[in-house]
Parts: sequence; C-alpha cells; structure tokens
Amino acid sequence: MAFDFVVNGKAARSEAPALTPLLWVIREELKLTGTKFGCGTGLCGACMVHIDGKRAFSCQTRISEVAGKAVTTIEGLSVSSSHPLQKAWLDERVPQCGYCQSGQIMSAADLLAQNPKPDRGQIIEHMSTNICRCGSYPRIVRAIERAAREG
Amino acid sequence: MSIASHNVEITRRRMMVGVAGLTFAVASGLRSSAAQTARSTDVVLSPWVTVSTDDTVAIMSPAAEMGQGSLTSLPLILAEELDADWSKVRVVVAPANDDLYKNPAFGFMYTAGSNAVTSYFKELRLFGAQVRKVLLANAARHWNVPVGEVTTAPNVIIHEKSGRRLSYGEVAAFAEVPAEAPNVAESELKRTDQFRLIGKDVMRIELPRKVNGTAQYAIDVQVPGMLYGAILRAPVEGAAPQTIDDAKTKSIAGVVRIIALPYGVGVIAEAPYAAFEAKNALNVTWTHTGKAWGFNSEQALVAFAAAARDLSQPTKLWAKEGDALAALQTAASVVESEYRNDLVYHAQMEPLNAVASVSRNGDACEVWCGVQSKTIAVTVAADALGIKPDKITYHDMLLGGGFGRRGHRDEEYVHDAVVLSNAVKRPVKMMWTREDDVHNGRFNPLSAHYLRAGFDASGKLIAFHHRKACDEVTAFQDPVRFKRQNGRDGIAFNGLDAPYYGIPNRLGEAVPRESGLRTSSLRGIAHLTNIFAIESFMDELARKRAVDPATFRRELVKAYPRAVSIIDTVASMADWGRKRNASALGITYMNYSGTQIALVAEVALERGSGRVRVPHVWVALDPGIAVQPDNIVAQTESSVIYGLGFALSERITIKDGAVQESNFYDYHVPRMNEIPEIAVKVASTDNHPTGVGQMATPLVAPAIANAVAELTGVRLRETPMTPLRVKRGLG
Repeated sequence: MAFDFVVNGKAARSEAPALTPLLWVIREELKLTGTKFGCGTGLCGACMVHIDGKRAFSCQTRISEVAGKAVTTIEGLSVSSSHPLQKAWLDERVPQCGYCQSGQIMSAADLLAQNPKPDRGQIIEHMSTNICRCGSYPRIVRAIERAAREG
Repeated sequence: MSIASHNVEITRRRMMVGVAGLTFAVASGLRSSAAQTARSTDVVLSPWVTVSTDDTVAIMSPAAEMGQGSLTSLPLILAEELDADWSKVRVVVAPANDDLYKNPAFGFMYTAGSNAVTSYFKELRLFGAQVRKVLLANAARHWNVPVGEVTTAPNVIIHEKSGRRLSYGEVAAFAEVPAEAPNVAESELKRTDQFRLIGKDVMRIELPRKVNGTAQYAIDVQVPGMLYGAILRAPVEGAAPQTIDDAKTKSIAGVVRIIALPYGVGVIAEAPYAAFEAKNALNVTWTHTGKAWGFNSEQALVAFAAAARDLSQPTKLWAKEGDALAALQTAASVVESEYRNDLVYHAQMEPLNAVASVSRNGDACEVWCGVQSKTIAVTVAADALGIKPDKITYHDMLLGGGFGRRGHRDEEYVHDAVVLSNAVKRPVKMMWTREDDVHNGRFNPLSAHYLRAGFDASGKLIAFHHRKACDEVTAFQDPVRFKRQNGRDGIAFNGLDAPYYGIPNRLGEAVPRESGLRTSSLRGIAHLTNIFAIESFMDELARKRAVDPATFRRELVKAYPRAVSIIDTVASMADWGRKRNASALGITYMNYSGTQIALVAEVALERGSGRVRVPHVWVALDPGIAVQPDNIVAQTESSVIYGLGFALSERITIKDGAVQESNFYDYHVPRMNEIPEIAVKVASTDNHPTGVGQMATPLVAPAIANAVAELTGVRLRETPMTPLRVKRGLG
C-alpha cells in the first residue's frame, strides 16, 4: 500500500508501513533532513512540520494519516531563507547548536500564521512545546517579536 | 564567507615549513592528506592558511562546533593578525591531525572545558602574524623596497611611499615561502585597540544553514545503500547479554541482521523505524558482571554524605594551602555544612548517532560523526576494526549539542556504528533513540560535600576545608588522561578549594567512590557541584556573621580588582540593596578558569506547591578580551538556562544499577515558560581571553538557594531543588 501526499508543493509517495512516523519518511525517504529527530514522543518539537497549514509533531503522525494532505517542512517554508522568521532568526543570532531550530521556526511560523501580532505571553505559551537545550529561548522570543514587527 | 568540507583544498606548491616549530615530516603529512582535491589557484602559506589567487583566504578551524561558536571565533583570531578581509575568508574545518591542529591545553584535537579560544588564542595570533610577514616580505621583494616600508590593510599590502598596492591573492601568485617561519615578537602583534575583528560581532559561519534545514549533523547523512542500526546496550556498565530472545525481532519486516555484541545486541534494518521496533522487541537477560548492580542512587547519596563527613575515610589530596586542619583546631569559631547533588543527564538535542561504511573486506572505513575529539573518533573507528587510523576516512559533522557527552575516550556511539557496518559491510546509520540516550547516559556524578570554615577571634575567615565524595569521572571518561595525570581527576574535583577567596588555610580533599556508574563531564564540569556547595556555604557564613553576602565576598576578593569589579557590577545591575516585596535575591561569584563571573537570582516561592520561580537573573562576567561579545551573551544566557535545569528539575535516579528515567516526560529540562528574564553584561578587559561557554551554569543553583534562604530563612542543600524537597525544607 502506498500513501500519496504533497511535500513542499510537490507530490510524494511512500510505501512505508502505515504506522511509520511521518518523520522517518521525510528524513530518510525524501531526504529532507532539516526536520529533526529529538525524542520520538512529541515532547521536544524538533520534528515540527506543518500539515495542511497547522503545526504537527511529525514523530507522532503516522504516514497513513497524511495521505492526501499537504506537508510543509523547513525546506519548504520559503525560497532562499526569505521567511521573516528566518531573517529574524539570523538578525537575533538565535541558533547555537541549531539542532532544534527547524522545529522552533516551524512552530513560530504556525503562531504568526494564526496570530500575526502575538504578545510576549502568547509567544511563550505557544513556543513552550519546543525544547532548546542550548537555551536560545530569549532570542527566540526576540526573533518572533522582530518578525511580527518587520514582517 | 563560506565553508568547505574537511577535504582541504591545497597544493604543495609552496609549503611553509617550520611554522611554529613544525617539522618537515609533519608538513609532509598534511600535504598527503590534503592534496587530493588540490586547486591550482590555491597557495598554501602554512598548515593554517591558504590564499587563493582570487584573493580568498582559507583558514583552518580546529575545534568541534556544538553551538558555542568556535568554528567562527578561532579562525577570526588568526584573521585578525593576518589582517585578512573577513568577507574574503573561507573557514575550513581542519582535518583530524593532532600534530598540526591539537588543542594546546590537551595535546590533541579536543573541544572541551570552554577553553578553545583560551588555548588557541596565542598560537592563532602568531600563525596569522607569521603569514602576514611572509606576504609583506614577498611584496617588498617584488617592489624592491625595504620591508619596513610596507604595511597591510585588510587583504591588501600597501607601499605608501609609492602608492602601490597588491591584494593578498596577487602576492600569493608569486609568493615564495621561507623554509623557516618568520619570528614574530609579542610587540609586533596588534594592540587591543588596533583590533578590526576581535571584539566586533560577526555572523557565525554556519548560522545561515541553521535556519533553513541545510546544516548537516551526523544523523542527516545519506549514503547510497545505507541501512539503519539500533543497539540495545546493557543497563549496567560491564554487563553482557546472557540470553537473547530475538523471536519477535526476527518477525519484524525489514530486519536484516541481529548481532550479539559484548555489551549489548545490535539490530540492522532497512528503515529506521523498523530498527527501533526490532530493538524494542528484543528480550535480553544480562550477566551480573559490572560493578553497579545493586546500586541505588538515593541510598548511595546518603552513604556518600557519610563518607564526606567521615574524616577517617581515605582521601586524595586535591589542594592545600597553609594548614587548614590546624587552623580549624585553633579557630575561635567553626561552621560546618553539607550539600548533595543528584546525577544529571546532558540531554543534547541530537540523540547520539554515527554513520559508518566499512569496506567489503573490512580493511577501510568511512565514518561520519559529531564528536568533541575527531582524532579520538578516528582511533575508535580504527580500533574497532583492528586497522590503522590512516584507513579511516573521517567526515566532520556539526554537533547537535555536546555539553561534555561527546568527549569520552571510547566515543562509544561511533564504535557502535562501525561494528554494525562491519557486520554487514554496508553503510549503516546507527541511531540511539532518546530512551537509549538516557538509558546509556553518562552522567554528571552523584556528589556529597562536607565543608568547614574557621574564623579567628577578630572574625576573619582563616580556614576552609572542603571534602567531596563522588566517583572519579576521568577514570571512566578518559583512562588515558587519568593515567597521564597520575590519577588526578579534574573533571570531578576542579575548583574544590576556591583559591580566589584568599583564605590563608585551605584544604580540598577528594573522597573517591567507586560505584561503577557511567560518569561524564557535563556543562559546568566539577564546578557545577563544587560551586553549589561553596557558594551556598559562603552565603551561610555571611549570614552567620551578619554580613551582607555581597560585601562578604567582596571583602574576600579585595586583592583582585577584576573580581571586586564584577561583583559590584552585578550588584548594581540587580539593584542588590533594594528589598523586594514577595521575592528575594541571592548572589554568587566565582573565578572559573580565569573568567570573573558573578550572578544574582531573584526568587519567588509558591509555598503550597513548593515550586521555586525565578523571575530574574543578572550576570556580569569578565572573560578578558571578549572575542565575540554577542556570542558571549548568548553563551551566558544558555549557561543560565542549563544551570536552571540543574538547580530545579533535572535528576537521574538509578535503581539496581539501571537508569530509571527515559525521555523528556520524566527528565525535565527547562522550557520557555520557565525561564527568567536574563540580563548579561560582558566586561571586556585587556587580559588573555578565558572561557565563556559554561561559566554561568554553576552559579545558578547556589544563587537560587541563597535567595530562598534570604526569603525564608531555610537553606536548601540538595540539587535539584524539586518542589517536594522545597516543601520538605520549608517544613
């Protein structure tokens, strides 16, 4: 059985077993390795992608669940890192080891899509799904505020 | 700026021999390792610098990049003295070659202890200045003018008298490189006020790749024909599989091979998820070999505390000044206290993994990994196969966090990948799950501290005695270093005696335990627990003497102006003298490897739940010359948050030798909704640069404990200060 879906605007197909987490299909079949494996339990957010425009833990999403849906990964967020969040992420020098940052940016993009002018409390509430062990949190907040401001 | 792979593009056309005393043999070694992808336009001016005729300057970066920024800051230091135009610099990851690129502090390529900039600083400036001199000499010869008349601007040689200029690339095209490296006197190096790059923030080299998913970590590597490996490692160090029931595993689709190993069972499958499922389906019993069977961390901590207090226990002398025991005997008053720390897990975001590809007949191997020592990784891979290190093709990958976890002599996850690949003679991506990463964790050791202080009749602190009971970490983490250091274990005991406090009689004693646990350096290293004890104790002493805790410390360090200044700075930032209504402040200070750092935490308590809230943290640090100031701020924010987890929630428990926690649901690291507002002030001073990567981490827990004491009068003596422990403490 094959599952057909769309990734970053392009048709994709996987013949992985139905229970396979989307994460592994994205990373190892489609070779889109910007989406990361962090915990496998939906607790750290390193695997965050968008499914039909809403953020989702790709490690908690079975491949069978995305049939017919549109998935966006960090690689598809923008052309040439031009998303306001990606620019703000560099302006605020957010990443340290960088491993969690794809997931952080995908979470933040979901927030701004729903709420273009979030206040600090809303940012913190929304972003607390994502762990950054390097503790780049203060800069993530600043980068989201900047992206919201500068668009 | 751009970055090249580890394959250095250089030719042997003009090789500078004798740079920093390098022998010709060493230079030849570089030549053979690097000549594979030679570009005819490149001119090797030294093992560190290659200038291309298109005016790009390639500079080697010798450290592992795990988020701390060394990939950028080290070549930037060389570029400063070379007077290179940073926009034309291409940073090249240095190949695995200890002779050329070793960290001077360790004698091999090893990134740890927040010392990359500190240790390489002098050499990199020298190497940069030497190459600049070679360029100057060549231009002077070319123009037939005295070398004293030529100077440089970024990437340009200038002869002001005649108004002539040559770019570095133009000079490189005809440069003759002397057999001996030119001498550079200290006085010829730039003064701090002449720096163009040091002290000015530049974009970290790899950052743009970290916002679009293109940064490559080992876990991202794709090799044609690659299989996926998972490993069930023994729950207790030293145990081996006794019985292996793999019936369920075999039935999982995609399983290629099940491999019994001396320390566990490996599974190879066609897809990662199948490999993990197959590993989880194994049913293995273990031999009771290994020392830690029966070990229980809660009970052990009680026993450790008793050992720390028991002066008849055998000790290893760590540090001694004057005669603390005699001074304690004659002191007018003696204060004693005790502190305890649970085991801590690194929790780097990238679960440990590596990719290996062993050749068909097992005589060569390619390996992709993120490690704190690349030369160790090469040795580990070679030893796993019983082949020579020159048969290993090593690919340097970014580290998704290190924090000390990737700096062990055995780099066991690299070994795992190589043995799995060797079993099938195909490329294997070996990944630990998060659960594996926790269960196979190597932890900051359990420790118990017993401290005594003596005051004379005038109230002067005259004696300090600190005994720490904990496992010897270096013995496990790096037996080679442990032996070389004659059993002196800095990873477990550094900073035991707080020499910077100028107490005339000091005694620091290690009370080594041998639990057989897997232990490791972790961010903050020995200071993490030692400073929790010392800075909590200093606070207790100040309160006993009814002296303001900031003033108390200030008095002790009054001979060191940098220390006084940094304490004053943080006190001013936090408005230390101002009483808060529902919260209180706690202050801490230390001199960590020369970096002067002071931290104040503001704490509020939810008395019902025992939850400690930390609304604000202020940090001031003086790391000498601040090479990349904003990155120092970032590292300090990061250190604070890491220290917050240690202080409040992070705890590994061991029962019958085995780790009880599994993932982020039972090992709690700080999230965004738990972190304080953090204010950082970097005081750059004209001193040799010292560490910045972990300095605030050890100060957070004692600052919180000190603030809790100020707020409630209750002293918390154990990390993490969990709600349960806080409630118990408050009675």
